[in-house]
Amino acid sequence: MNSPGNNLKDIPILAQTEEACSVGNIRALLTEITARLEKLVINGETGMIDLNSLPLAPGEYELLRLTLGQGEVSARIEAIGPSEIIETRYPGVWWVTHYNVEGDIVADMIEITHIPEILMSQPADFSEGLELLKAQLNEGQS
Amino acid sequence: MNEHETLGERLAQQGISRRAFLKFCTAMASLMALPPGSVTAIAEALVKAKRPSVIWLSFQECTGCTESLTRSHTPTLENMIFDMISLDYHHTLQAASGYGAEKSREDTMRDFYGKYLLVVDGSIPLNDGGVYSTIAGRTNLDLLQEAAKGAAAIIAVGTCAAFGGIPNAKPNPTGAVAVTDIIKDKPIVNISGCPPIPAVITGVLAHYLTFGFLPELDDLGRPKSFYGETIHDRCYRRPFYDQGKFAKSFDDEGARNGWCLFELGCKGPTTHNVCATTKWNGGTSFPIESGHGCLGCSEPHFWDAGSFYSALSMSSSPLKLATDAVVAGAAVGVAVSIANRLKKSAAKSAHQTATIADLEK
Repeated sequence: MNSPGNNLKDIPILAQTEEACSVGNIRALLTEITARLEKLVINGETGMIDLNSLPLAPGEYELLRLTLGQGEVSARIEAIGPSEIIETRYPGVWWVTHYNVEGDIVADMIEITHIPEILMSQPADFSEGLELLKAQLNEGQS
Repeated sequence: MNEHETLGERLAQQGISRRAFLKFCTAMASLMALPPGSVTAIAEALVKAKRPSVIWLSFQECTGCTESLTRSHTPTLENMIFDMISLDYHHTLQAASGYGAEKSREDTMRDFYGKYLLVVDGSIPLNDGGVYSTIAGRTNLDLLQEAAKGAAAIIAVGTCAAFGGIPNAKPNPTGAVAVTDIIKDKPIVNISGCPPIPAVITGVLAHYLTFGFLPELDDLGRPKSFYGETIHDRCYRRPFYDQGKFAKSFDDEGARNGWCLFELGCKGPTTHNVCATTKWNGGTSFPIESGHGCLGCSEPHFWDAGSFYSALSMSSSPLKLATDAVVAGAAVGVAVSIANRLKKSAAKSAHQTATIADLEK
């Protein structure tokens, strides 16, 4: 069948314009991040933005990634699936993405802080670590 | 019988680190739409929470709700939900069968009287003495009334249990009704949707464990944190609605440009749910993002609300377009819309070191 309209070539392919990539959310988000970073600079107040709760249009998420970029620090945590923590090219603005074991995003945060809490060792964990280390030492003595 | 152990003890037994638990709580806070700064408070409360016994009764249903929960996108996190509760009776998931299965239900009702959670999926048929759906020779009505007596609270999962759903659609040959039509003296939370978003089921359980009571509900008994806004409110295509840009058919230029599907019958403006932000299939997309309007499955009588493809304003259906949605949509420009959204997200993410007492306010 080669009648008009039935050929693959007849399907128009349009390049997506930059304007079509964002319906305005990115500018709004950047304004909020700026305001929060200002607070961090002035009085050390930290902030968090939950990206999962925002209705981003297709392409906007990627645009935000591109805009914030990647800075000096990147870290990876393995705890019930990986977590990826990067400092964006704006120091103090962190992008924290938690994945499950299958690689799906379960939480996605922009954190405006000195260091995201998830990177810090937790008291309950290092208490347990201390016990384990002591046990290891005692085992070595016997 | 002894109380169940706390969630913290249970997780420690499984070698789950506090950092991993913090990550889980971050996901839970995001789910429950609590301020991100409340993660530490949630973690402290959850780790001390006693795991409640849960009896799950399935009535006139298709098992889609159970499939939604057990095949959800976050298997490991959902497994932690199963660690958060002691699921003592569930037809589809339990290993026991026959008399053994029914005995575990009876034991739980006796040992945890006044303390267990009752989860119900499916509607309850009342016609002809309720004979259209029976389990172990007993009608759904009988089983529900018996189990409801000792329940601390009831969670009606899915549109069938919440509002009667498809069995209740005209002409409703079995006389199907919702849980709230039968049980009047217990706190009941409706988690509607066909099926409901698995994360919402998880979120309500996490809320109950964190605070010890059910979340704040709307006038249809649904948790406000998930059903407080319409699909339309949170839709990424909303700016096109504000600009008057509509797809007129499923293959026109407007559809290709991703414009608003209102004129193609999208029920987003009258449907309360979190599909637009929580999304489906591991956060991949939701119906509107795939190019199809919302069917309104989390609202009562969605099956009898006229064609899925009739625009709301033209429909004479029970799902009437709220006038304020039309007026607001027509009157505000895109600038206002973005400003509001910014305000909303600013309000939501306002960072405070919250305590559980603060969250209960």
